[in-house]
Amino acid sequence: MAPILQVKNLKKTYEGGFEALKGVNLDIEEGEILALLGPNGAGKTTLISTLCGITIPTSGQATVGGYDVQHDYRAARGMIGLVPQDISLEPFEKVKNTVGLTRGLFGKRRDDALMERLLKQLSLWDKRDSKVNELSGGMKRRVLIAKALIHEPRVLFLDEPTAGVDVELRKDMWEVVADLKKQGVTIILTTHYIEEAEAIADRVAVISHGEILLIEDKDKLMSRMGRKQLKIELREPVSEVPDALKGYDLELADDGAALVYTYDTHADRTGITRLLADLSAAGIVMRDLSTRQDSLEQIFVSLVKEDAA
Amino acid sequence: MNTYAIWSIYRYEMARFFRTILQSFISPVISTSLYFVVFGTAIGSRIQEVEGVSYGAFIVPGLIMLSVIMQSISNASFAIYFPKFIGTIYEVLSAPVNFIEVVIGYVGAAATKSLFIGLVILGTASLFVDLSIAHPLAMLAFLVLTCVSFALMGFIIGIWAKNFEQLQLVPMLIVTPLVFLGGSFYSISMLPPVWQTITLFNPVVYLISGFRWAFFEQSDVSVALSLLAITGFTALCVGIIWLIFRTGWRLRD
Ligand SMILES: Nc1ncnc2c1ncn2[C@@H]1O[C@H](COP(=O)(O)OP(=O)(O)OP(=O)(O)O)[C@@H](O)[C@H]1O
Ligand SMILES: [Mg+2]
Repeated sequence: MAPILQVKNLKKTYEGGFEALKGVNLDIEEGEILALLGPNGAGKTTLISTLCGITIPTSGQATVGGYDVQHDYRAARGMIGLVPQDISLEPFEKVKNTVGLTRGLFGKRRDDALMERLLKQLSLWDKRDSKVNELSGGMKRRVLIAKALIHEPRVLFLDEPTAGVDVELRKDMWEVVADLKKQGVTIILTTHYIEEAEAIADRVAVISHGEILLIEDKDKLMSRMGRKQLKIELREPVSEVPDALKGYDLELADDGAALVYTYDTHADRTGITRLLADLSAAGIVMRDLSTRQDSLEQIFVSLVKEDAA
Repeated sequence: MNTYAIWSIYRYEMARFFRTILQSFISPVISTSLYFVVFGTAIGSRIQEVEGVSYGAFIVPGLIMLSVIMQSISNASFAIYFPKFIGTIYEVLSAPVNFIEVVIGYVGAAATKSLFIGLVILGTASLFVDLSIAHPLAMLAFLVLTCVSFALMGFIIGIWAKNFEQLQLVPMLIVTPLVFLGGSFYSISMLPPVWQTITLFNPVVYLISGFRWAFFEQSDVSVALSLLAITGFTALCVGIIWLIFRTGWRLRD
């Protein structure tokens, strides 16, 4: 099946000459949840805005459900729900009216049952007749989510939906997201909370300086994170892994001054005890030991650092 | 055609109007009454008649036009500037709507509001002076066309404006003088010949003249010309807006 969202060599240069997207390529399968990670100013919002029609791309192509976002904008946008990063809502309007407006804009007949279900799910039902400026920040964010969902989109963009949101509400939101996933909705979310990406995403993409640096299955990333490395610093450097230790997953490091043993923390036996015994049996003297584990955060940070260098 | 979208924008905009309906009603009533006290009584006692019409009645079409033009511009420019200012414009930009639908929604609502105000002024005026309308349908047609065309112009101003000062600038510096010098309160024939010629370059003259004809069957310029002018102006505005949406100018980055 063709990906529901296809981005090909998408570039965006803003009016002042700043190149915010430098040829982004991205394929997203229907029904998956993609977490888009990246430092401030990486181009996350620009990418989303370009796909939604808020920003005009300088070059490149993007399709949603096979429809070009520029030429077939009506069909493409009709499939998209957007929760913008900034809270922008008309202050004097009632919650239910502003939510209803969005459904109308998307060309759909008013649906009171859906409105009720959605507002209840987002704990906004009691506030349906309140004006927007009478709501707290977290409630406003939920109104934005309700607006994005009221027209039943097939693809949902969540641009930092949990920024400035308390733990309780975050949990509520992930419930909503899980629910949407069950309905087959494709979700692209940006976040600065990496645990969040770990918790709900199927795939993770890292963007920096307008370029996608990595896009990978979260499970693969997680298994990479599940692996730990034991670094054994040696008193005397060796030129190769000693024959007696060939059975272990060992690598030379620091020009032979250290051996690195990679093991799976989830395994029943890590093999450390036996390795250490075999080391001393082979007459190798250790100077120091240290362990290291990659987290998504570390992968992310090192990627972005490399990119900046 | 995404009629739900048009209707949603229209209703949403009108809701804003109905929230302040009393204000919308009272202020034209008061300002019209003031005009009659000042112009009708003070000046009207000196100028008895203009071309066979009592001065009080003579100024009614101009008075309505003056308010309707200003209201249409400010309603429509605010309607589109405000969402740009607070950021809610993202919704319209990311919705499956084309420019015609957006324009009908916003401009339609702005025009409806000023039409309402125009009719309130007409009603208030009829309390002060004897009014007979020779061609009620033509009167209504001119009024509606004026509401729509100046709402279109206001819409353009609202997109163009980058701040509140600019939003006020065009109405203040260009439209107000044009309207006041457009024969709202006098007949062009009362001016010296040089000024009569200069005045003919003022588009508002054609509107007021045509509108006044619908009331009193007398006009400064021919009715056909008036109709042509206002239709041309409307078409020009629609063309500009089409271009704006095509290029995304000041709407999309
Ligand atoms: N309208 C604009 N005009 C010029 N430059 C812009 C505009 N919008 C964004 N930029 C620039 O483009 C770059 C990417 O911005 P963008 O908002 O896409 O970043 P982001 O990844 O969403 O960051 P954040 O995590 O802070 O939300 C930034 O350097 C920003 O300054
Ligand atoms: Mg952003």
